[in-house]
Amino acid sequence: MPKAFTPKVVTANALLEGDVVYLSEDDRWVRRLNEAELLTDEAHADLRLIEAQARHAEVVGAYLADVKPGPNGPEPTHFREDFRRTGPSNHAHGKQAEAS
Amino acid sequence: MYRYTDFDAAFVAERNRQFRAQVERRINGSLTEDEFKPLRLMNGLYLQLHAYMLRVAIPYGTLSGSQMRQLAYIADRWDKGYGHFTTRQNIQFNWPKLRDVPDMLDALAEVQMHAIQTSGNTIRNVTADHFAGAAADEIADPRPVAELIRQWSTDHPEFQFLPRKFKIAVSGSENDRAVLRAHDVAVQIVEQDGEIGYRIFVGGGLGRTPMIGKVLRDFLPEADLLPYLEAVVSVWNLLGRRDNKYKARIKITVHEHGISEISRLVEDRFAVLRPAFSGIDQALFDTIKADFAAPDFAHRDSADFDRAYDRDPVFRAWADTNLSDHRIPGYAIAQISLKAHGATPGDATSSQMRVLADLAERYGHDELRISHEQNVVLPHVHKADLPQIHTILKAHGLATANIGKISDIIACPGMDYCALATARSIPVAQKIATRFDALKLEHEIGDLKIKISGCINACGHHHVGHIGILGLDRAGVETYQITLGGDATQDAALGDRTGPGFGYDEIVPAIERLIGTYLDLRGDAQETFLQTYRRIGMAPFKSALYDSETRVAAE
Repeated sequence: MPKAFTPKVVTANALLEGDVVYLSEDDRWVRRLNEAELLTDEAHADLRLIEAQARHAEVVGAYLADVKPGPNGPEPTHFREDFRRTGPSNHAHGKQAEAS
Repeated sequence: MYRYTDFDAAFVAERNRQFRAQVERRINGSLTEDEFKPLRLMNGLYLQLHAYMLRVAIPYGTLSGSQMRQLAYIADRWDKGYGHFTTRQNIQFNWPKLRDVPDMLDALAEVQMHAIQTSGNTIRNVTADHFAGAAADEIADPRPVAELIRQWSTDHPEFQFLPRKFKIAVSGSENDRAVLRAHDVAVQIVEQDGEIGYRIFVGGGLGRTPMIGKVLRDFLPEADLLPYLEAVVSVWNLLGRRDNKYKARIKITVHEHGISEISRLVEDRFAVLRPAFSGIDQALFDTIKADFAAPDFAHRDSADFDRAYDRDPVFRAWADTNLSDHRIPGYAIAQISLKAHGATPGDATSSQMRVLADLAERYGHDELRISHEQNVVLPHVHKADLPQIHTILKAHGLATANIGKISDIIACPGMDYCALATARSIPVAQKIATRFDALKLEHEIGDLKIKISGCINACGHHHVGHIGILGLDRAGVETYQITLGGDATQDAALGDRTGPGFGYDEIVPAIERLIGTYLDLRGDAQETFLQTYRRIGMAPFKSALYDSETRVAAE
């Protein structure tokens, strides 16, 4: 029996700033995970990743990251993606600084 | 200190000009990331978890006041007002923007600094004993040797695409403060029958397959250094495994072929290469040595130091912990801790960098060192000036008296910054330091090295920590393995794994149980943690960590 597909988002680092970005449903690179397109279909996810990787003048290292649906949009399922969503824990830098 | 020649300056300027054009082509889409990545890595630019990271070389850990001040300027102008000093005597800026990096490199070049070969499969920043030129136990200053190796290895056409990175360390003392035997090649200055020469180690390294370096040559004449090193690297360049990056380092090559066979191949290659070195390298070496001439040490009264030592217990605690013997009477080596309790190991703010630059210029013959233990060193300070230096350090959060103690932790950036990391290191170090500061046990515990890595690559040197901590991802959870008995000195040893790892919230209580066991079982207050471990072995510590009754009692 094939393994159930875990929901995903397309994520990467922005070319100019290097910060974490996510692909939105309307093809923008957004900074907040909860604004990312939730990908629940494997074929569609693969297609979105190919499209993202082709945008190499905008981002670096696009990949599919596991998420789960939450009340306000996708949420991380692994601590690495949780840190990428927020920023380092020793300084209030990165996304947590931008959000505050 | 070494000053760039016109050739050096022109070389770095041209390299920066090339990189500026490469960045422009990446931004305008002419270069793909696959094309650009090797170019940026050649100039120390990584893409990490949250941002780019620029790694700048501090060759053999030596800086002047003006260089430190320029690092502070770069931190303010293009980063977030701080820098992170690493175990490779580099500084890393964690938040540069791609477009700004060429300007950062130009600013570095203004003070004779660069980021060349701080990344990639090439010979990396050459490191050295951070007490170089000052230590009382030194046979000779290792920095001229390190500078000679830097000039030989920088842009060496044969060694730009090695099987993997290659790390060289140099020491001029029998007491190893440069972790020689954890390097691909290490050069120890030795004296034999009145002649200065080198003991060469090969095949050390940490990472997923940790190994202690072996002696390749017990005594190498001074004049043979570069042809011999060239022979070592070229033998490895041919033999090194390019089919598997995890087996590519020279430690694996030495392990697979044996030290005798490597020695034979190196000697054969050396015999071929030796005639090609006509002596110009030694003429250059003499010039470099002159650049490292000792400062003009003054002979002054030290009574101010003695008075402060007698009257001020805070100064006395700092002096007892952070000062080391200098080779000149009346002088001391002062280590400035970048490990204030709860701070990020190795981080310095731009204002702290400026304070350190001022202190070096006013009191320290304009010299600073960065230690592989992520602290800053004032190598030449007169004892009479130390009370004033301590007062200034206190005012800027730099007077923590913990060098060599439980809170003087080496910690890699871990998953807070590093794209390779599998768990965090920094908050673990912060929590341990804060906990033992609260317990007021730090000075009771005495000398103890805790080293933390956030992944198996071991940038935090956990294998050679008296207590080593390795952060891993176990089924999506941050987990920390403990090793005991590692040693980074001339008695180098790899730590032994205690058993299963501990969760993020369990690691500090686990360390507390280890320390409690040590305090209970040490022979006397002078017996260090490492000595106690070597005397009584793993069993009591393992019991403290894993015996459920012990754990319940501890909780």
